[in-house]
Amino acid sequence: MADVKLSGLHKYYGNVHAVRGIDLTIADGEFAVLVGPSGCGKSTLLRTIAGLEDPNEGTIAIGGEIVNDLRPRERNIAMVFQNYALYPYLTVYENIAFGLRARKRPDAEIRSRVGEAAEMLGIGNLLGRYPRQLSGGQRQRVAIGRAIVRKAELFLFDEPLSNLDAQLRDEMRTEIKRLHHEITTTMIYVTHDQVEAMTLADRIVLLRDGKIEQQGAPLELFERPRTEFVARFLGSPSINLIPAKLVAAERRVAAIFDGGGSITLPASKSAALDGAAGRAVLLGIRPQHFSRAGGGPLRDGFVSYSTVADLIQPTGTRTFITIKIGGVDAIAELQAHDVESHGQKIELAIDLNRAVLIDPGTGSVIA
Amino acid sequence: MRLGGVPSRKTRVLALRYLGAAALTLFFLFPVYWLFMISFKTPDEIYHVPPLWVPSHIQFSNYYVLFKDGDVWAIANSMIVAGVSSFFAIILGTLCAYSLARFNTGGDNLAMWIISQRMIPPIAVVFPIFLVYVYFGLVDGFFGLVLLYTAFNLPYVIWMMRGYIVDVPLELEESALVDGLSRWDVIWKVVFPMVRPGLVATSVFTFVFAWNDFIFALVLTRTEVITFPVQLTHYFGGQSNFWAKIAAMSVLGTLPIFVAVTMMQRYLVRGISLGAVKG
Repeated sequence: MADVKLSGLHKYYGNVHAVRGIDLTIADGEFAVLVGPSGCGKSTLLRTIAGLEDPNEGTIAIGGEIVNDLRPRERNIAMVFQNYALYPYLTVYENIAFGLRARKRPDAEIRSRVGEAAEMLGIGNLLGRYPRQLSGGQRQRVAIGRAIVRKAELFLFDEPLSNLDAQLRDEMRTEIKRLHHEITTTMIYVTHDQVEAMTLADRIVLLRDGKIEQQGAPLELFERPRTEFVARFLGSPSINLIPAKLVAAERRVAAIFDGGGSITLPASKSAALDGAAGRAVLLGIRPQHFSRAGGGPLRDGFVSYSTVADLIQPTGTRTFITIKIGGVDAIAELQAHDVESHGQKIELAIDLNRAVLIDPGTGSVIA
Repeated sequence: MRLGGVPSRKTRVLALRYLGAAALTLFFLFPVYWLFMISFKTPDEIYHVPPLWVPSHIQFSNYYVLFKDGDVWAIANSMIVAGVSSFFAIILGTLCAYSLARFNTGGDNLAMWIISQRMIPPIAVVFPIFLVYVYFGLVDGFFGLVLLYTAFNLPYVIWMMRGYIVDVPLELEESALVDGLSRWDVIWKVVFPMVRPGLVATSVFTFVFAWNDFIFALVLTRTEVITFPVQLTHYFGGQSNFWAKIAAMSVLGTLPIFVAVTMMQRYLVRGISLGAVKG
């Protein structure tokens, strides 16, 4: 068991500055997910923690010990790779036992630990097979088995599910979460998939261009993004951003959309926007914050909005509809049967308490 | 449409192709067949007119003579020189190739420069090497030949093995490094097993090069370490050629290669095609 502390970490590849001054502390037993778009430096950061890359500046401490000068095998970590990294010439048993053999553990211990790990992952019946005889999901289980059998202080996952199809990915995601509950080792998990990040993480570390854009609990990042980038990255479908200008309207602030129309912001938002009249903003409303207006009085901070459903995308549980707000195409997520046909007029309620206002110049959230 | 018993056009074309293939095979296999037959014939049968396709009975006296006179030592010499030099070339070359493939040693151009060494015509360097060898007392010894063949085979091994190693997924090595292996262990326990087909194919080729080399062996040996090809030339005389000995010795000299290729064919085919794309 160990905490991880990165201080002032920089990594260059030639002229490319891949990691730009990362300070990050991950608590003992925490499940941290490094997430971000391609090229944000998340994999590089993970590989640096593993010792597969040397940082150009900064320190890495695992369990209070600075490990910059330690080789990967001396760091007592286990890592699961995207392409499974199974040895094709070894059986499943030998693949799982590989790390223990490398550390010269006695045979009896290897047998019991491999058996235990295989049991935990439900691959006990596959131990005699070769990797080529396994399906993608089974291979990934073996790869995870090889990591957990080591009882390392720190687990690193480098996009372990991205080679699996959607259904298997859901299944394995659940298993990894359960695994963390069972073995409670510190885990650092890299992914570009925000659903994986949201569902697995105790803490999401969202990276952009080699820097931490924002970190925190999944729902905190989802509900209180600090920048436009965070707001856009998390959530599916993506947040709707509508260009507008703020104006003062009787002790409140209203947003006049550039594309026509306006909306009065609730008191909860107006307070933070004192003196912001005249300012250009992006009004960010998540698709989940739309609902069908029931006809009764709206709760505080909700506004009603009459519109026409353009595209309708049912998913079974929920239905996404495309509507126009302020001249912009926006997506609203409604219940499955809220809208039946294209072109249907509909009365929506928008929860503006949870809307965000973004400065389009700096990209930071102002309210 | 098929009419009566006339084979379809497709069948006829196929039959022609097989016929052509069979003719070609016969054409190319005939010298090998003839070599084997001569080695079993008596002198009378060898010079018989018209030629005898099959000897009256199989007899091994031609081989017996080679063993009795000690000529077969040349085969043993070739085995040692080719075997040892291939072994060293493979070990050293694979390590160099690993360095080139994984650490980009020497930048982008070193690999090309190394393989260009292999393209030098041997005849252009054999006499300078002879002079150097005379100076260092390396002529007519195992060490001199092993050293030379190792040096000559290294570029080839490096070039081939680099291609195979580049194809090994980096993650396999990284995973092993994290799991607790040292870099040397990784090479031994991960890279070698992964490139085994390539390793076998390359070894066969290096062995064959050393086995078949004539020019270096001719210039750099006198009496002590005569190799198989050089020994063979002793049977071509100004007055007459010892066909019986030539044939028997040639058969003996072909056998090791034949055995090696047959045993390793499974790897060879895969190894050759593995390296085909990457360079």
